[in-house]
This record gives sequence, structure tokens and C-alpha cells, in this order.
Amino acid sequence: MTTPMVLAEGVRKSFGKLEVLKGIDLAVQPGEVCCLLGPSGSGKSTFLRCINHLEQINRGRLYVDGELVGYRQQGGRLYEQREHETAAKRAHIGMVFQRFNLFPHMTALGNVIEAPVRVLKQSKAEAVASGHTLLERVGLADKLNAYPAQLSGGQQQRVAIARALAMKPKLMLFDEPTSALDPELVGEVLDVMRGLAKDGMTMVVVTHEMGFARDVGDTVVFMDDGVVVEQGDPKQVIDNPQHPRTKAFLGKVL
Amino acid sequence: MTDGAAGTGVDPIVAIPVRHWGRWVGAVGVLALVALLVRAFVQADIHYGVTGDYLFSHVVLVGVWHTLEISVAAQLLGVGLGVVAAVMRQSKNPVMGGVGWFYVWFFRGTPLLLQLILWYNLAAIFPTLSIPGLWHADTNTTITPFLAALLGLGINEGAYMAEIVRAGIGSVDSGQTEASQALGMTQGLTLRRIVLPQAMRVIIPPTGNEFINMLKSSSLATAAQFTEVLRTVQTLAGQNLELIPMLFVAAIWYLVLTSVFSVGQYYLERRFARGAQRELPATPFQRVLRGIRPGRT
Ligand SMILES: Nc1ncnc2c1ncn2[C@@H]1O[C@H](COP(=O)(O)OP(=O)(O)OP(=O)(O)O)[C@@H](O)[C@H]1O
Ligand SMILES: [Mg+2]
Repeated sequence: MTTPMVLAEGVRKSFGKLEVLKGIDLAVQPGEVCCLLGPSGSGKSTFLRCINHLEQINRGRLYVDGELVGYRQQGGRLYEQREHETAAKRAHIGMVFQRFNLFPHMTALGNVIEAPVRVLKQSKAEAVASGHTLLERVGLADKLNAYPAQLSGGQQQRVAIARALAMKPKLMLFDEPTSALDPELVGEVLDVMRGLAKDGMTMVVVTHEMGFARDVGDTVVFMDDGVVVEQGDPKQVIDNPQHPRTKAFLGKVL
Repeated sequence: MTDGAAGTGVDPIVAIPVRHWGRWVGAVGVLALVALLVRAFVQADIHYGVTGDYLFSHVVLVGVWHTLEISVAAQLLGVGLGVVAAVMRQSKNPVMGGVGWFYVWFFRGTPLLLQLILWYNLAAIFPTLSIPGLWHADTNTTITPFLAALLGLGINEGAYMAEIVRAGIGSVDSGQTEASQALGMTQGLTLRRIVLPQAMRVIIPPTGNEFINMLKSSSLATAAQFTEVLRTVQTLAGQNLELIPMLFVAAIWYLVLTSVFSVGQYYLERRFARGAQRELPATPFQRVLRGIRPGRT
């Protein structure tokens, strides 16, 4: 059996007194597309952010590609990771945000080459060359020198995907990548994501796009109130939900 | 379409503009006051020729240069210290935070003039300066008037800059830090490459004001025996007994300096607005052109 790309065992996370994740168990295999569904406030974003240690978990274990997130295990003891270790691990995990979070003071190309040059220490020429290729791949070959403010939402999100891909990630995390977009722009972003899935990228996608989850997802995971309520084959979970809470949620969104 | 008697909406609109009588009355009144003021100055017993004689004299130009020099140096020191103090105050380390807080509290809380006098008289507290084992010097010879003025003005400025930088850093969306960290960038890299450049947009306008203030408050450096333009003209006035015309010399130079840097600030702001707006705002020059050729935007 291969090592799962993401493995969560009883992951718990609280903000002060508020427990947001109440024991998440989940495995995402390499090359798999896992779609996270669930009502607002169920902890989907929080879980995603735990995977690349933007949030620190309080209990349980979380592994990415067989390595503990946020800690080093040595001789049966856990050591908190140093900042540069965390940063080094994050470098191999791409993240795409609901609100794009492009760097507004840099052009599209500047956004894409920033981390490869500064973090991976690629030469500028090398980073620019692969930046060109990536922006072409997301259909923005003509927008290399545009600033984010000069791009539509859909274009910005595609730049954000290219920016994450430039780090050659082994895992991509998407947090509602299309929910800040006008309906007619959703398709262009989902198309790019479909392409990624086809190329075998391991993806964890928080989404409300049921069509995408059903067509592209290898598994869907339904979360509610900090726990995984139901998971499995997308068609089964979406078209024939078993748990009443899943039924109630899908009844509202479909 | 309710064009009625005025014809169709295609024709250019011809209408009688509203008359602003109040504005006319106000303008005439103000002009009269200005005229009185000008007359008073023309008739006053001021030897304007003296102003002209000294405006470009070598001593005065040296004084102007010193004013500029100390202002730029002190402002640079202030910006550097401000960034450091702002970052320290954000630190999770309570010692760092505490020191940053104390710095701002002390140097904003005491008069600049007092600080300048203190720096100049540092020898009274510490007759010698030393870094144990490395370096050692006599305070009086080390702390020259320039250095005392630089330390006094710069360190004081740093306390104000710290607040400005802090506001700038706070103005950057937290999503920027997250995106940068998610790309594997460390905190230092994030600050340098992502947060500070964006904070600049908020930091630069008040910093421009600070610098223009600095050009003027550098005159306080005279308390540290530093010879800048105001001190220069006062010394000259002591010789030729023409205080008022000599003060005019200094005033003119201050106005020249502040005007030049106001324009510089404008272009700097434009540069750092890059990316924040779809189109950069017009330069004054472009605006004048547009005013001349209306209809083109
Ligand atoms: N930094 C934080 N501090 C305190 N509470 C937080 C923080 N982040 C999230 N929460 C809380 O955790 C809960 C889960 O938030 P989360 O963003 O993970 O939900 P979600 O499933 O992504 O919802 P949505 O679909 O609206 O994005 C919410 O109640 C939220 O208020
Ligand atoms: Mg969310």
C-alpha cells in the first residue's frame, strides 16, 4: 500500500473555547481528487488550513506524504517545528484561496515567479520560462504583464493557480476557488482544475460546485459541525446520500 | 426624453449658468485684504535688497546644503528605526515588544529640543564611549554637532515613523501573508517582499509630510551647535544687523526645499500606487494638458 498524500487521524482544533474540528479521520491517496462539502461553519476551511499548518492542530495526528505536519517525531517525542522547516514543507503544498490573494504590486508573471526565485532559488530566467509555460497552460499567455487589478476574477484565480503550480507541488489545496466569481467565470477556473486532475495532481477541494465534485472528484467527504459525516464515491454520496444531515444539506444546495 | 423646448438631446446643451454673486463678493473682499498686506510690506522699513544680496551667497548656500543634508540623513535614520521599532512591536517576544513600546513612548513623549540638547551634552553623562573590548573613544570628539543633530533628529523621527509603519503594515490584508506563507516564504521574506511594499502606499504620504516637517525642524539642530541655514542667516544678521531681510533669505530657501519635495512626494506616491488602481492617476502636467484640451480624457 502506498503512503497516503494526506492522512488525518482524530484531528481536533479549537479556537479558544470553540471546538471547530472534533476528530477528523481522512485519507487522500496520491493522484486522488477529494472534494470537501458541508454547510458554512462546518470547519472545511479550518481543516484545509491545518494541512499546510496555517493553523496548528490541538489533538490527533496529521500527515502529509507520510510526514507529520507541524512537528518532528524523534525518539517517541514530538518537537515543534522551526519556522523554516514549516516553510519548507509548505513550499510543496499549493494553496488556492477563495479571494485569490494575488500580490497586487506584482504582475501576473511576477506573482508566478516570486516564490520559485525566492524560495526554491531558481534562476530568474528559469523561473520566467516556466512561468510563461504555466500562464499559457491556464490560458493567460497574453496577460503576463498585467497587474491583478487589471484582471477579471476568473483570470486572477487562474493566475493564483499558476502561482501555486510554479512550486511544483505534490498536493494542491483549493478553498472554494470559484465562490467569489461571477457565474459566467466559474467555468474557466473549473476547466483548469479539471485539467490538473486529469494530469494526476492530488487535490483537496472545498467546493459548493456539486457538478464538479460529481464529475471530477474521486471521493467526496461531507463535513458537518467539525466531523466527517459521510464519505465515499461522489455519485453515491451526492445522488444517494445515507446520512440525514447529508440529505438535508444536499436538498438545500442541489 | 423630456427635452421639450430645448430641442432634442443630440444638440449641445446651451444654458445660462447659475451666477454665484456670493463668490464675487468674497473674492473682492479677500483681494482687498491681500492688497493691504502687500502695501504694508512694500512700505515697511525692510531692505529687500539685502535679501537679494545674500540669497545666493556662498555661506547661505552652504547653510542650505547643511539643512538638506541633515534632514535627509535624519529622515533615513528615522525610517530605518521606524521599521525596526514597528516590527519589534509586532513581535511575539515580549522583550522585543516592550523595548519597541518604550522607544516610541520616550521619544514621542519628550520635546525634540530637549533631546537635541541632551545628545549634544552627552559627554556630561558619559565622558567616554566604548564597546567593551572593541572600541573606545572620547565622547566630546566623537559626538560632533552633525552627529548630535543626526541622532537627535533621527531617533526622534524614528518614534513617529514607527507608528506610521505600524499603520502601514496593519493596512495590508492578512490574506497576503497567508498566500505568501502558503508558498513557503518565511516571515522575513514575507515582510520584505509582500507586506512592506504594499504598506508603502499607506506609509509614503505621511512620511512625505514627516520629511517636510523635518526640513523645518532641522532648524532646531542649532541647539546642538549644528550650522544649518537658519543659524547661518542669524549669524550673518549679527554682523550686518539686517535680521528681517536675512530671515526672508531663510524663509525663501525653506519654501523652495519644501516645494521641491512636495512635488517629489507626489511622484513617489504615484509609483507606489502601482497595482492598486487600474490606471495611474494623471500627473499635474497631464491634468493641465487635459484642461487645455477638454473633451479628451
Ligand atoms: N481564526 C479563527 N478564530 C476564531 N474562530 C474561527 C477562526 N477561524 C474559523 N473560526 C470559526 O471556526 C468555524 C469553522 O470555520 P471554517 O471557516 O472552517 O468553516 P467553513 O466550513 O470553511 O465555512 P464556509 O463554508 O463558510 O467557508 C466557524 O465557526 C468560524 O467562526
Ligand atoms: Mg470556508
